[in-house]
Amino acid sequence: MSRTQISDFLVDEVTEHVYIRETYGKTLVELGREYPNIVVLDADLTVSTKTNLFGKEFPNRFFTMGVSEQDMMGTAAGFALSGKIPFASTFAIFATGRAWEHVRQSIVFPKLNVKIVATHAGVTVGEDGATHQALEDIALMRVLPNMTVIVPADAVETEKVIRTIVNHKGPTYVRLARAKFPTIFKKSYEFEIGKARVLREGKHVTIFAVGIMVCEALEASKILEREGISACVVNVSTVKPIDVETIVKAASSTGAVVTAEDHNIIGGLGGAIAEVLGENYPTLMKRIGMNDRFGTSGDGLQLLEYFGLKARNIVQAAHELLEFNSQKKSVVL
Amino acid sequence: MHERTKNVDILKEIARRVRIDLLKALHRAKSGHTGGSLSSVEILVSLYFSELRHNPKNPRWGDRDRFVLSKGHGVPALYSVLAHAGYFAREELMSLRKPGSRLQGHPEYDLEIGIEATTGSLGHGLSAANGMALAARMDGKDIRIYALLSDGELQEGASWEAITTSSYRKLDNLCAIVDRNRFQNDGAMKDIKDIEPVPDKWRAFGWEVETLPDGHDFPSILSAFEKARQTKGKPFVIIANTIKGKGVSIFENQGKYHGVAPTDDELKVALNELGEAA
Repeated sequence: MSRTQISDFLVDEVTEHVYIRETYGKTLVELGREYPNIVVLDADLTVSTKTNLFGKEFPNRFFTMGVSEQDMMGTAAGFALSGKIPFASTFAIFATGRAWEHVRQSIVFPKLNVKIVATHAGVTVGEDGATHQALEDIALMRVLPNMTVIVPADAVETEKVIRTIVNHKGPTYVRLARAKFPTIFKKSYEFEIGKARVLREGKHVTIFAVGIMVCEALEASKILEREGISACVVNVSTVKPIDVETIVKAASSTGAVVTAEDHNIIGGLGGAIAEVLGENYPTLMKRIGMNDRFGTSGDGLQLLEYFGLKARNIVQAAHELLEFNSQKKSVVL
Repeated sequence: MHERTKNVDILKEIARRVRIDLLKALHRAKSGHTGGSLSSVEILVSLYFSELRHNPKNPRWGDRDRFVLSKGHGVPALYSVLAHAGYFAREELMSLRKPGSRLQGHPEYDLEIGIEATTGSLGHGLSAANGMALAARMDGKDIRIYALLSDGELQEGASWEAITTSSYRKLDNLCAIVDRNRFQNDGAMKDIKDIEPVPDKWRAFGWEVETLPDGHDFPSILSAFEKARQTKGKPFVIIANTIKGKGVSIFENQGKYHGVAPTDDELKVALNELGEAA
């Protein structure tokens, strides 16, 4: 594979690992200086979500809501109704699970300009265990009409996402995680809401990924390349509105699809891609993710290993697809 | 700004007409919440014709006072009041609960018709009102925020999250009203899950509390609003003892009219009692 088929946005080699929630907190402070209308609400997790950084600099625009996620979402709605740009943060399980109906009724149905930026999504939460590992949040948020759902893949994309959504009018959910994410993008990376990015062209299999799994997908593509298999890798950071055109094009260029996410394979990225392809370009696919199960305690990154969310699991899925496709062809012949 | 009055005779006459129109609308819709609409009429008329600074001709006026109907199921009464105040034509009330109508079964945010927030699921409205009150304070705006809750709604845990926020944040630009008609969907609250003593609970949560023995008496509603405006350093709640189905004898204190519309015969009785030929 020639170098020209690899996106210029990718770093040559991963050297940095960054807490993307810290990137969120720092970006929020910078935006706070530019936008006096930003207010930030948090439900007793300010140190973990890093909204405390905003709170230190802008105490009058920072609202600790206590352990009251439903009230936080409703209050954020009230701020938005008064022309503010509220950012509401807590862990993903509480933002999307505990407060779901408040998000639906008070924020998303009336299309209010509330930014829900949740951290600690997925199994990389680690030791806190299954109760705190949101594996359903993408599904819960993308099922809502009017909602925009974004899952950044690294710190660079996180900063671009947070800066972009400030100027995007309407309800938005951003999914962040607890663990350090490898930085895969150069500073020149461009994020656009609704645009999936092809990070690598390929001929044999297409891997759609979100979040920390984009790095695993890239890793998988390198392993496959050594085996003579050319893999296309797409970062679908906007899960909603989903980029149908890019997805169909990428799938049709190979005829085999693997999805990769730190989320239940039901209703998340895998579900979203299956919906797009089922209606536009039926393609054999395998979904790598949490296979309809809850998580467990353990080291966050090791849990990716434990649950089969690593590059080699993507490689394995690609092999299975290619084998199936070749058998299918031989039957036809 | 909308002209305001403290003339009780005028307010009573408006309330009578508001009742007539909301009952006609419910009857036409063949569904909706009759009892809890009728119990709120005097509170809503007091707000829109005496208390709120608002302008039906300029519903987006930035310095208007805000009203959130947290008990969203009572919206037929609010629609009727808004129509009488001039937000839209009274004829539109007949589109209640129809597909595509601006007057949906529960209120949907639409400033053009004077609806400040989407409600209907209980336990949501006071949080939104808190957000509005905090924003107004941040902006140094001398405006007031009002929220009308039902007593049944106080069974929602989220209500108490919001009640706590209002007092912790010392939102003295906020006034809540509880339409305490003592009924909920399934019957009398004391038979379902009693939440008394309501005034003591609000007081314990840090609010200034005014209990009205008769939540249909205009002078006492108006003087409670006056007290609310003068109270500093804490939010103010008016616990208004009301009668579910107020104004029509066959509906009064009848739990079964919580969520049903008047039949043809019932509408005739109602209109007759309200002095309107059917």
